[in-house]
Amino acid sequence: MAHRGRLVAQGVAVGLVALLFLLLVWTLVTEEGGDLAAAAARGERPEAPDFTLERLDREGELTLSTLRGKAVVLNVWASWCLPCKEEAPFLEQVWRENRSRGLVVVGLDSKDFRKDAQRFARRFDLTFPLVYDGPGDVAADRYGVTGFPETFVLDREGMVLEVFVGGVNADEDRARLRAAVDRALAT
Amino acid sequence: MRALVTAFAATCVLAAGAQAAAPPNAADLEAELVCPVCETTLDQSDAPVAQRMKAFIRERIAAGDTEQEIKDALVAEFGSEVLATPPKSGFGLLAWLLPLGALVAGAITVVLVVRRWSGRGGSADPERPLDPDLERRVDEELARFEG
Repeated sequence: MAHRGRLVAQGVAVGLVALLFLLLVWTLVTEEGGDLAAAAARGERPEAPDFTLERLDREGELTLSTLRGKAVVLNVWASWCLPCKEEAPFLEQVWRENRSRGLVVVGLDSKDFRKDAQRFARRFDLTFPLVYDGPGDVAADRYGVTGFPETFVLDREGMVLEVFVGGVNADEDRARLRAAVDRALAT
Repeated sequence: MRALVTAFAATCVLAAGAQAAAPPNAADLEAELVCPVCETTLDQSDAPVAQRMKAFIRERIAAGDTEQEIKDALVAEFGSEVLATPPKSGFGLLAWLLPLGALVAGAITVVLVVRRWSGRGGSADPERPLDPDLERRVDEELARFEG
């Protein structure tokens, strides 16, 4: 009887360890973020993870996949981030210049207060769609963003063409972003 | 004696009331909330978002919010990860119960092991019959010794 009890206890212990191992494997396999920038740099076109987030610039939500057919510049920012302040007018300019060609700039505000983000948008006269990801579930967990800002250029099929880690503020980075937008619009 | 007990109880009630009415302490809140960027408590962080959160806490204290209201407001912006300790409800309750469960399971295991060990080391039961084979061997040895 005692032997049987010991066997059951051992079985439960082995089962628990196996369960934890499977949980670890599942977490590693389903982790989407982090590799997007590396994959884009290798010339691959990974699919941009979809999301639905509340809008900051108006009522309602925005789902990324509803923008299929348009090129997208997805800019991850926060109101407390200094390089974000520098690049915001440039992104607004890119949006206004290319909107009629089928480009959508989406500002994804993360780890920030809603009111601060809205004040930021008014200050820089941003007119492109803004979404709110306060806890960072989309930016950090799905897109692997570890610093602010980070910008993803997606083609019309929702594939990531290029990733800009840090502010798009140097002339060469701005030229690179414009070139990526042209490529995205050409798809 | 009864008067003494009544006075003590009244003092406790008044003290509890005064504590509930006191405004929350910013330093205490900063030790209980986490910076969402650097993932340390606010009192350990100088990140821009942490500074903004500290300013928010002071604004809300000045506006008369309770500790819970301030925490709720920050959770509404940054999610429950902003709390240094998990909530004592819903899924967060597991984080409180699991260590307690592990402690109880450990204590039960220790008691069972100690009981088993003390049972092994205890004196033999005088009423229990000796193994026949062993008894035969003892008899043979004694006979040889005496012979």
